[in-house]
Amino acid sequence: MTLAEVVLGIMFVGLLAYGLFGGADFGAGIWDLLAGGTRRGARQRELIEHSLGPVWEANHVWLIFVLVVLWTGFSGAFASVVSTMYIPLTLAAFGMIARGAAFAFRKSITTLPMRRFLGAAFALSSLITPYFLGAVVGGVASGRVPLGIAAGDVVTSWINPTSVLGGVMAVLVCAYLAAVFLCADARREGADDLADAFRIRALVAAGVTGVAGLAGLLVLRSDAPLLWEGLTGRALGVIALSVAAGVAAVVFLIRQRYGSARIASALAVAAILVGWAVAQYPYILLPEVTIEEAAVGRTTLVAMLVALLAGAAILVPALIYLFRLFQRTQPDRMPSDTAVDSEAVY
Amino acid sequence: MESMTVLADAAENLHPARMQMALSLGWHIIFSCFGIALPLITVFTEWRGHKRANPALSGLAHTWAKAMGVLFAAGAVSGTLLSFEMGILWPGLMDRFGEIYGFPFVLEGYAFFIEAIFVGIYLFGWNRMSPRAHMLSAVPMIISGMAGAFFVVAANAWMNNPTGFRLDAEGNVVDARPWAAMFGPSTWPQTVHMMLAAYMVTGYAVASVYAIGMLRGRRDHHHRFGLLIPLTLAAVMTPIQIGVGDWIANTVAENQPAKLAAMEGLYRTESGVALSLGGLYYDNDLHYALQVPDGLSLLIHHDPSGVVEGLEDFPADERPPVNVVHLAYNVMVGLGSALMLLALVLAWVWWRRRRIPASPWFLRAVAVSGVAAIAALECGWITTEVGRQPWIVYGILRTADAVSPAPGLFLGFYGVAAVYLVLTVLTVIVLRRLARSHDTPAPQEVDATPPDRHSEEVAVR
Repeated sequence: MTLAEVVLGIMFVGLLAYGLFGGADFGAGIWDLLAGGTRRGARQRELIEHSLGPVWEANHVWLIFVLVVLWTGFSGAFASVVSTMYIPLTLAAFGMIARGAAFAFRKSITTLPMRRFLGAAFALSSLITPYFLGAVVGGVASGRVPLGIAAGDVVTSWINPTSVLGGVMAVLVCAYLAAVFLCADARREGADDLADAFRIRALVAAGVTGVAGLAGLLVLRSDAPLLWEGLTGRALGVIALSVAAGVAAVVFLIRQRYGSARIASALAVAAILVGWAVAQYPYILLPEVTIEEAAVGRTTLVAMLVALLAGAAILVPALIYLFRLFQRTQPDRMPSDTAVDSEAVY
Repeated sequence: MESMTVLADAAENLHPARMQMALSLGWHIIFSCFGIALPLITVFTEWRGHKRANPALSGLAHTWAKAMGVLFAAGAVSGTLLSFEMGILWPGLMDRFGEIYGFPFVLEGYAFFIEAIFVGIYLFGWNRMSPRAHMLSAVPMIISGMAGAFFVVAANAWMNNPTGFRLDAEGNVVDARPWAAMFGPSTWPQTVHMMLAAYMVTGYAVASVYAIGMLRGRRDHHHRFGLLIPLTLAAVMTPIQIGVGDWIANTVAENQPAKLAAMEGLYRTESGVALSLGGLYYDNDLHYALQVPDGLSLLIHHDPSGVVEGLEDFPADERPPVNVVHLAYNVMVGLGSALMLLALVLAWVWWRRRRIPASPWFLRAVAVSGVAAIAALECGWITTEVGRQPWIVYGILRTADAVSPAPGLFLGFYGVAAVYLVLTVLTVIVLRRLARSHDTPAPQEVDATPPDRHSEEVAVR
């Protein structure tokens, strides 16, 4: 493995973390959107809010991490992607702002119309943000971003079959992850009925995602032949792992083993992302720019590696501490049905 | 033909892209100040509250912790937009200099990540951890906030004084040394200036909230401490900031003489230059300005006959827009001096009488000091950014050559303006609510409120 590949690999770990944690976060927002009317959906929304709480900022900083590593280590490729894809990226950034602001401020605002407005902003932006990010990935993976500033088509680079597939898959995967994760959260908070409700959602989402993924392979065969070749060639093992983990997750869900289901579903999703990377290797921008060609000078890569490892040595324990503190301490149990009544006073 | 349209797009995009960046950064910089300074003020107050077993202090600390949560959330989302915009608007900068310019942002990414984690722990851990553990959890937050500010401002200092690399014959970066690039001549004066500014903005802004309360007749412990603690911190920083201002002006004079000439509205290179306040610059001269004889020579060279370079020494297409820079600089210095006067009044009365000055005029001054400090912050930032124009990397890369030529990019400005309008209104609504009722939860908290919260909220309204 070359130095550039190691640095890109670390970036990819950040991308996986964003896909899993940030993805589950987006997915929770999607279920918030589908939770039903103000009264009926109140308890589900409360569970979602409980689960995001103190970790939502940490979940989304992963994206910033990915961006800064890319722009420092692979400046030319970064500038090419971002300048060509500026429309979906601007829309995704707006979605993130709307989402973060709405989620943050919703709790502090008690009037019903404002709460509804913020709730709608949160839920809708949870849907559009992963879509646009997935569309960007689709555009890169189908070789629509050439090297050079704004060298690609600023419209067709993200409105095309592979981008639509990427966007739809991103939304589905987020919803699926969130439903699986929320099952365990609901049970921990003693709300077994909610756990059941999310279990059904997780199973439906798993089915839809699986079917869409398989159908998507056909789209790739005609629209992104290089990626198709990689996925069905070198990356076949990884894709098989994803399918196996996905099936295992379904079995765990049916048996109500939510902890194991969480791990299996995360593995299934991570394997999709890894599969994309393996299929595209050694190119960073299909079909011609390789990782080596895109990498910056050696001193910067070494400096980055030092910074990344030293930073991780501080970051990872802190992050584990946050999650443990949060998962361990749940003194307030989910408010039961009485909360729904008091919700009506808003 | 093709390249003609690309150039036309870039020219069309330049002004809106600069406005979009100015708006996003100008918004974000206020919230970063609170992210840097509010943790220290809050944990200090929490510590005093434990030490003196004073519920007013503990309550104050809790309110500030929640406000910190809201402000941090607003800063985080606006910062995410910025990291996109860096590439969306200025791919020419990232493409060519990303390996040097981008590196401090890698470190900043970590600093911000750690701060986000500990803001979560600190808010979630309120009343859930022992006081000692809880206050300790604030330490990484304070350090990473300062570290993050250092890295971002170091990147900006590099744009002012690019170092740590060589250019080959074609203008490509070779021999990049990203660590060395972080420590150019502008780095220390700029980072210290910014950190002090963050403490001043936060201190005066928080104090002004309680000054307004006291003007409305609330003179309880809550309001007195709420005014005194942040105001004292800000007042201590103010004279230091004025000294640092002198340091940074000298650094600019040495490394970016064109910027200094624009700050002073100076066209001719002369000795014994007067310090000019206000006025309008046109026809290669500053008109209607108030002159302090030999003032500028004294400030820059500490010698009344020192020679100061004027704009005439630079080609016309390498001069920054003078009026914006000169006026922004004057407003910053003027507001800084007014804040210094406020700090002196506080220090005098405290020294002689051990109390907050009783005059309503003092409270009125504190009430506007927050807005004044924020205005000074923005003016200082406009001075350094507009004063660097037409360069994005001083002397090497022009802003016009770094902007993205993507068609339609200029429309993004309107989108960002609309988004920030809504975001500002929401932030103000939430902070006002927080100031009115203390049981409002912060975004990172998970129902830390007692079970009868709902009935309480009804009672509040």
